[in-house]
Amino acid sequence: MRTRRETITAWAPFVVLIVIAIIYIAPFIVQVVNSFRPDADVVSEPLSLGIGTWTAAAYERLFTRSDFPLWTMNSFIVTLSVTLGRVFFVSLAGYALARIPFRGRGVVYATLIAVMAVPGVVLLIPKFLVINQLGMYDSYSGMIIPLLADAAGVFIMKNFFESIPVAVEEQARIDGAGVFRTFWSIVLPMSLPAVMTIVILSFQGSWNELNHFIVSTQSTELTTLTKGVAQLASGQLSQGSQFPIKLAASLLMTVPVAIVFFIFQKRIMNASAGAVKE
Amino acid sequence: MAGMRPRGSIHGNRALAGWLFVTPAIVIVGLFVLVPVVMAAWVSMSDWTGIGPPFSEGVNFVGAENYAELLGGTGLATRDLGTALRNNLFYVLLVVPLQTAVALGLAILVNRKVMRGRGFFRTAFYFPSVTSSVAIVVLWLFLFSASGPVNKVLSWVWIEGPNWFQDPRGLIHILLGAFGVTAADNPLAGATILGISGWDWISGPSVAMSAFIIMAVFTTSGTFMLLFIAGLQQINAEVEEAAMTDGANGWQRFRFVTLPMLKPIVFTVVTLGLIGTWQVFDQIYVGTQGGPAKTTLTPAYLSFNSAFNNNDWPRGAAIAFILFAIIVVLTVLQRLWLGRTEVGR
Repeated sequence: MRTRRETITAWAPFVVLIVIAIIYIAPFIVQVVNSFRPDADVVSEPLSLGIGTWTAAAYERLFTRSDFPLWTMNSFIVTLSVTLGRVFFVSLAGYALARIPFRGRGVVYATLIAVMAVPGVVLLIPKFLVINQLGMYDSYSGMIIPLLADAAGVFIMKNFFESIPVAVEEQARIDGAGVFRTFWSIVLPMSLPAVMTIVILSFQGSWNELNHFIVSTQSTELTTLTKGVAQLASGQLSQGSQFPIKLAASLLMTVPVAIVFFIFQKRIMNASAGAVKE
Repeated sequence: MAGMRPRGSIHGNRALAGWLFVTPAIVIVGLFVLVPVVMAAWVSMSDWTGIGPPFSEGVNFVGAENYAELLGGTGLATRDLGTALRNNLFYVLLVVPLQTAVALGLAILVNRKVMRGRGFFRTAFYFPSVTSSVAIVVLWLFLFSASGPVNKVLSWVWIEGPNWFQDPRGLIHILLGAFGVTAADNPLAGATILGISGWDWISGPSVAMSAFIIMAVFTTSGTFMLLFIAGLQQINAEVEEAAMTDGANGWQRFRFVTLPMLKPIVFTVVTLGLIGTWQVFDQIYVGTQGGPAKTTLTPAYLSFNSAFNNNDWPRGAAIAFILFAIIVVLTVLQRLWLGRTEVGR
């Protein structure tokens, strides 16, 4: 009796977890399967997994008769530029705030804290106003430059640099290395875990970014995946529900972040313990 | 920069380097966050029409007129803002407690030491958080379509699912309707705030908004679960064991040991939740554009729509500042209420 009860108490949470996991995974499986089925089948039998006709028509259509390849290219251009630039600028600023005493450092730090408190959607209209004033509206520079630095990234780098022993840098300085040399060839290589955190966060952030591109561009040549698929969702592809093509498009746009996620998932999920050296 | 040598005035050079290092980040943040805020503050108090630069001679200062029109008027602008605030309020009231509870529950389940496959479960619960909001909305529009998978599953248990994203009925109205209470015999019908009658204020989230509420819990619980797991791992195993030897059962250990020690994390999760849930935009832009019957209209989308689609920039900017004020006030209130427990970074 007692052992049986113990078995149940031991297994109950596991069963609960499996049920919840199915709820979390099922939507994506339903998405994959239905993206490979004909339009009519998806509407009439949305859950008949794997039964019936299979077709890659949705994918064919996306690649041959839509702007999907263009959107993908734009997303890659923006995401890669933003990620590269952000790693550089954010770690430069983080290093200065962590290690270089200069007049006004406190003010800079306080400003960054204040900036982090401004909610993103409040900036939609004003960001457009500034981008427009600077003549960067509807251009790659208007899409990329505003995303090149973010306060949260500066903090992550600053906190990491503070955890590195100062002795290493002092040695370099005695050996005659300048500030930038010390930063670039000694401190930065030691900070790989934090740099990777920034890379992951900014890749994910700029790949998934929507509202900044809504307010900074209008021409079709500059449409990114998020904006393009959003237009697709609101039904610009003529008649019918078009579920397979929409599901296929949103599935494909998830692939790059999913790859980054599965490669770096340990690091992403242990971001708080990011100070561990390799 | 590489040419800087430690000769001469070392401190001067280092100070200069310090400024050079922070300049790019400061310029970008200043240009695209601080300047925009100032500019929008001006626009929200001006009569700018969207033509020409906002700081030019033809643009006049109108004081708080745009705000007064929004908050004190009786017209469509006021009603829209009232509707948007009502919709978003119910969204916040449901999403914040639900995502906190689900995240905490998942963290406790996943964190059990005897558990097999912890990594798998963490991945499964966290994955929805890394996908883009656009991709998830597209998936949601399909899952919750009239003859979609969700209604299919409901039909297995003999429930006829609604046409989710076309259904403007409020959940509380539906519930009251089941007891025979309708708008006609409600005493709240007359009391109007922000152009919205008392009866409409208590509508609850519409069926369409409920689908977005479920989506928010689905996409955010994984992130918050990670915060809770990190918190749980900080709790000393000895404390748990001591409680166990004292004869505390599972619920008592959770209620009187685990939960109090997680208080700082709960605080963080609720704060982040409040800030995030008042900024509902992507879902509405991609999915419903405020419909059906304006029941998924949110202040963020209304602000965007007023400016970019209706060309009423001052009104859009004023709505953005009202939203900003709501978020700031709520964060401060919550800080006072839950105590000043700061979480170490």
